[in-house]
Amino acid sequence: MPLRLWRKPLDSEKIKIPEGEVHVLKDRCKGCGFCIEFCPKEVLEQSEEFNIKGVHPPQVKEETVCILCSFCEAVCPDFAIFSVKKDCKGGC
Amino acid sequence: MSEDSHPFERFLRDGMMPHIWCEGCGNGIILNCFVRALKDIEIDVNKVVVVSGIGCIGRLSGYTNTDSYHTTHGRAIAFATGAKLANPELKTVVISGDGDLFAIGGNHFIHAARRNVDIQVICANNFNYGMTGGQYGPTTPLKAWTTTTPYGNIEHPFNLVHLAAASGAVYVARWTTLHVRRLTESIKKVLQKEGFSFIEVITPCPEIYGRRNKMATGIEMMNWFKTAAEIRNASDPAEAEISPEKIVVGEFIDAEKPTYDHLLREMMKQVQERIRGEK
Repeated sequence: MPLRLWRKPLDSEKIKIPEGEVHVLKDRCKGCGFCIEFCPKEVLEQSEEFNIKGVHPPQVKEETVCILCSFCEAVCPDFAIFSVKKDCKGGC
Repeated sequence: MSEDSHPFERFLRDGMMPHIWCEGCGNGIILNCFVRALKDIEIDVNKVVVVSGIGCIGRLSGYTNTDSYHTTHGRAIAFATGAKLANPELKTVVISGDGDLFAIGGNHFIHAARRNVDIQVICANNFNYGMTGGQYGPTTPLKAWTTTTPYGNIEHPFNLVHLAAASGAVYVARWTTLHVRRLTESIKKVLQKEGFSFIEVITPCPEIYGRRNKMATGIEMMNWFKTAAEIRNASDPAEAEISPEKIVVGEFIDAEKPTYDHLLREMMKQVQERIRGEK
């Protein structure tokens, strides 16, 4: 279907897209790269640094675009990454 | 929440992480989905037993913070049947590999499914015997290269979902490790279901299987699942093929049938009443 024919959901103004915060447990990462490859918003990238296993753990490229889908958390085989709701102290 | 503690930490046994599985292996994703399902349905972990056989995925029973059995080769279902009949309150989950469940333990599988013993079986299918060096097994696709089929495999593989359905399983599904949400939903469903349930999970094995078949990394194997997977819920499992072009996934069967332990206890009650009446 062409994009111009897509209908806008009726409640799209009421629903607020959550903002997420990604945490990486660097020394657990084995560097498979699933989180970087399959993040729908391309939040992550490979870092330059080495961890204890000698691989490059992921790092957050653009935190503001994370929508808290938690796919990185679900697809990580090593329990090395998780996302939480952003602390909204400043009001978001 | 502190920054250095994973939300699933309490479901994992202390000091067992990091696990032994290779980089790019999908077994960790199955463990991840399983503990997420445990967390989501808020099941009492003291009432869950994880039984596993021999193989890479067999290590999983040592990682979950539940009661667990790491059994002899191929006999995971036999041990699980015993545990279930001894204590019917337990939720008995068998998590094992394709070689363990269908080659060495093939007969246990078909007869447990035929009897409809109330156990939940999750099979990690990586198309070969990963732990022992990549020999071909009952699920290796035709023409695939492994260490013992250097000119290509000439044996036809098992269709595991069709086998489970034909043997009488009440729940049959197949997912890949990329379908994490659907896999978690399936695991949640079987944890709340009675009867012999079977979930096949197609797992990447880049180090042992993938690099001999032009998929040297986990990402390449996962991208194969991404392009080839086709979701066909409630379709005929006989037509659920796995080929380089197409992997048919979905929830094939969801039925109800009286379970073996239910019928056994009913019969025991009847016989006991009859004996008491004769006295």
